[in-house]
Amino acid sequence: MPEIRWDWIERHTDDIVRATVAHLEITAVSVVAAVAIAIPLGILVRGRRVAFAGAAGTADVLYTIPSIALFSFLVPFTGIGNLPAVIGLIAYALTMLIRNTVVGLRSVPAAVREAAAGMGLTPRQILLRVELPLAVPSIMAGVRLATVSTVGIATIAVFVGGDGLGELILLDGIQRQLFLTPILVGTVLATALAIVLDALLVLAERLLTPWTRARAAL
Amino acid sequence: MTASAAPAGAPRAGVLELRGISKRYRGAPRDAVAELSLTVPAGAVCVLIGPSGCGKTTALKMVNRLIEPSSGEILIDGVSVRDRRPADLRREIGYVIQQVGLLPHLTVFANIATVPKLLGWPKDRIRTRADELMRLIGLEPEEYAHRYPAELSGGQQQRVGLARALAADPPVMLMDEPFSAVDPITRERLQNDFLRLHRQVPKTVVFVSHDIDEAVKMADLVAVMDGGRLIQCAPPAELLSAPANSFVADFVGADRTLKGLSLVRLEDLELAPAPLVAEGTPAESVRERIAAGALRPLEDAVLVTDERGRPRYWRAMDRLGEPAGTARVEPVLDRVTTLRDALAALFEAGAAYGVVVDGDGACVGLVGVDAITGSLRGPVARSEAA
Repeated sequence: MPEIRWDWIERHTDDIVRATVAHLEITAVSVVAAVAIAIPLGILVRGRRVAFAGAAGTADVLYTIPSIALFSFLVPFTGIGNLPAVIGLIAYALTMLIRNTVVGLRSVPAAVREAAAGMGLTPRQILLRVELPLAVPSIMAGVRLATVSTVGIATIAVFVGGDGLGELILLDGIQRQLFLTPILVGTVLATALAIVLDALLVLAERLLTPWTRARAAL
Repeated sequence: MTASAAPAGAPRAGVLELRGISKRYRGAPRDAVAELSLTVPAGAVCVLIGPSGCGKTTALKMVNRLIEPSSGEILIDGVSVRDRRPADLRREIGYVIQQVGLLPHLTVFANIATVPKLLGWPKDRIRTRADELMRLIGLEPEEYAHRYPAELSGGQQQRVGLARALAADPPVMLMDEPFSAVDPITRERLQNDFLRLHRQVPKTVVFVSHDIDEAVKMADLVAVMDGGRLIQCAPPAELLSAPANSFVADFVGADRTLKGLSLVRLEDLELAPAPLVAEGTPAESVRERIAAGALRPLEDAVLVTDERGRPRYWRAMDRLGEPAGTARVEPVLDRVTTLRDALAALFEAGAAYGVVVDGDGACVGLVGVDAITGSLRGPVARSEAA
């Protein structure tokens, strides 16, 4: 294994921090926007077979487009920078989020739904107070998947002029005759970011769903 | 009941009238419910019973508009349910279903508080009401209020379902086979608890069942349905003694005399006094009371009770004063237990006598097998005074 150039890391600490923060921003914006689109969309299509098939199918097709290609297609419309990357990342995240939202909403037991309606909750109250809370574990599973994969794919933003850890990997590493240190730094940080974000999401889910840890204590 | 039991004022019960209601589902060859007319007096329990597909559940769900009738009218205290917004109507009708349907993400307290919250009750009133209901169903608030449904047994879940339905003191309750998903022992206990509750807080109840024994035990009125039609609607005693036709006779079954035991409860019998001795009473004073004729041991034993009069164990006279054993008193029967269930419990325990207790678990007397079988001989009228 070639030697790691610690002195390079030392001299570029500022760049590394900036790239990491930028990466985090791109990821956060993409995932939050995807959640903001997927949950209302999931609610809209949850009871409609055709609409759900259409939405999930479209998202699936988008997911199959290679990321470099997808980002590049967007450049003529958006110009270069973070925007084409973020739009592409939102599209990818939607696949997991729409499916998991609908699956979560549909997982509410019929008896729970019937009891809720029978007690006089309006359809809107059933959605907000029963269906959505009970869909949280499934939605959070989607958010975790989307976040981890977004952290990974976001390294490609650099190809369309975006920021993030891809800068270290591509600009400082690959384009300078495979200078290994920045490639390693970028990769390790991306992985660490994914692990930390995933752990935070697990924590958030635990706080949001205390009932899932309730066991029959008999 | 105590004044604090119903912060909403006096408990309410409404008159429920079904006037010629029919329901035909789209594409169905015949009506699921056909021209059903039925009046349930305020505070009465009406059990709808019949083979599966007879329309009993459909009829029930039309009352709270989970299903809309094709024709006919349903009135609660003279007001058509169609004139009410469904959500408002349902908040005034308790609803209990077989699968319970507790909201799994909410605690026991929050489940019970659901309807009062929807009605905008102040927080402290909800708190008080929930605590009161939990005690009423035998779940200590301190221990259970913050549990989730998954942490309860099936029987406890259905108790919470019952408390939840009662929370806003609705004048009408709908119960769709509420006790059929639990084991027979729990079912009997739940039935007895329900009867006890109903006595304290009378509600107009429509109760769907497929179990004739349950119907005879619970009902003031039994409505037998078949093929969407009402075949006979009568008090249980009349149903047993005079079935309207062969369908009802078959449905009621051949062992009608034995079923008659379900019409009488232990409290309707004259119970034998129990030889009660409070725990910790000196042997000396027990013997004195016996000598004075104030206490008559049963088969040379006395029944030791705790400070609240609840039976703890039987103690033979010659072992008075020895430390408490672990032997439990069996069977202990709630006073609302039907003679049929009591007899079964006595046989089950192989006991000649059962200890009868009130709703708080305090001993009110003893019942023997003889007393129960003896009641079969004489004509027994169900106590109307209750």
